[in-house]
Amino acid sequence: MIKIENVRKSFGELEVLKGINLDVEQGEVLSIIGGSGSGKSTLLYCINAIENIQGGKIFVDGIDVHNKATNKDQLRQKLGMVFQQWNSFPHLTVLENVALAPQIVKKMSKEEAIEIAQKELKHVGLGDKFDMYPTKMSGGQQQRLAIARALAMRPDYMLFDEVTSALDPELVGEVLDTLRILREEGMTMICVTHEIAFAREVSDQVAFFHKGVIEEMGPPEQVISNPQKETTQAFLSKVLS
Amino acid sequence: MDYEFHWNIVFQKMPELLQGAFVTLHVSVLSMVLGIAIAVFLAIAKMNNTKPFNYVAVGWIEIARNTPALFQIYMAYFGLGAFGIHLSPYMAVLSALVFINAGYLAETFRGGFQSIPDAQYNASKSLGMTSFQTYRYIILPQMFRRIYHPMTNQFVWSILMSSLGILVGMSELSGETQRLQSLSFRTLEFFIVTAVLYYIITKFVLICASLLSKRLFKGEI
Ligand SMILES: Nc1ncnc2c1ncn2[C@@H]1O[C@H](COP(=O)(O)OP(=O)(O)OP(=O)(O)O)[C@@H](O)[C@H]1O
Ligand SMILES: [Mg+2]
Repeated sequence: MIKIENVRKSFGELEVLKGINLDVEQGEVLSIIGGSGSGKSTLLYCINAIENIQGGKIFVDGIDVHNKATNKDQLRQKLGMVFQQWNSFPHLTVLENVALAPQIVKKMSKEEAIEIAQKELKHVGLGDKFDMYPTKMSGGQQQRLAIARALAMRPDYMLFDEVTSALDPELVGEVLDTLRILREEGMTMICVTHEIAFAREVSDQVAFFHKGVIEEMGPPEQVISNPQKETTQAFLSKVLS
Repeated sequence: MDYEFHWNIVFQKMPELLQGAFVTLHVSVLSMVLGIAIAVFLAIAKMNNTKPFNYVAVGWIEIARNTPALFQIYMAYFGLGAFGIHLSPYMAVLSALVFINAGYLAETFRGGFQSIPDAQYNASKSLGMTSFQTYRYIILPQMFRRIYHPMTNQFVWSILMSSLGILVGMSELSGETQRLQSLSFRTLEFFIVTAVLYYIITKFVLICASLLSKRLFKGEI
């Protein structure tokens, strides 16, 4: 499980996370919603140690993420991440994009890595694009490629940072469908999202972030359908209108 | 027009011209190899603000890019001579070209590094790659593509700049031409043929570079 205890994070003078507490159990889907600049992406970056923290603790399967003694490269193998801006490796084919990390990070043989890469690409519906270069693909396809690339490392957790918000509206559906498949398969996920309907549909828990704190957290029936706090109500009425 | 062209003498001396062309190619290739090696260090030194290396790098880059090649060659040949360091014409031209190439390429490399989006580093990190793996498999291959054409241009420039070797008596293509025309007085013929030879050399380099890039770079950036 992922355990987040009183996490504080600042960029210089600016305090972005002001004491975040969260637990994500195995097989659970947590959605994080909230306004721009509320610290949602920053929290994900802190979970896989791309950003450091100034206070509190984060545990992934009991491993203290920000402890100096923790091997961060090794830890990140447990945590797949897909970013808002698609960032496939443009100099590699679609298949190479997915097969690279299993080979160099997990030291798999080339055959083994390619087999896994092909499987994951089929998984996300890119089974006919192996030899294409990602720059020739649509945004939706590139995001699915990024998902396959992360899955090929066989992570225990997936972190999604607004993976549909840079996409044209007609491409959002195909990426959300891929996330639905992962949920069906029991993947533990943290999804930062602006897709409120999607969050209500797939989440076990929803956390509403506001100015670096969790204003409200609970099952979607509560946080999205029946919010208690004024800030949550204001946010939802704005994004749902 | 009453100038009568006499080409025979030029063709007789072709082996010597080609010998000069070989020296031209030789000095430019060497100046690129050494220039690239130094440029990597200059670029890194300028990006890391570690004193005094960044001052050295900035000074080098500024002088190399903002003073004439002629001046660099004179400094290497006559300037160092005044301090008792006597370089051969070949070594003087080589040092000047290395100095200039390193300065220009350092800026090219720096731009190349900075043009790779942060997202590529984060994506690599999130897959568990070490910093070394990230540079080796993700950053450098992309950077190399982006600087490939500026690098080819610099190579062509080196070939053309090496013709300044004529001023210190180096026997590269221009120096040889100068010597041969002064013996035969067929100035125009010699320089026309030499111009054609320069054109052929640079075209040859550009075509090779473009063929090589098609083999090396399959994807798009
Ligand atoms: N690397 C950084 N350096 C300085 N400030 C940063 C950095 N990254 C984020 N910030 C600041 O931290 C705050 C929170 O940013 P964050 O990206 O976590 O917000 P967010 O909730 O993901 O917003 P959005 O919905 O727009 O993606 C913002 O004010 C942002 O400007
Ligand atoms: Mg964000």
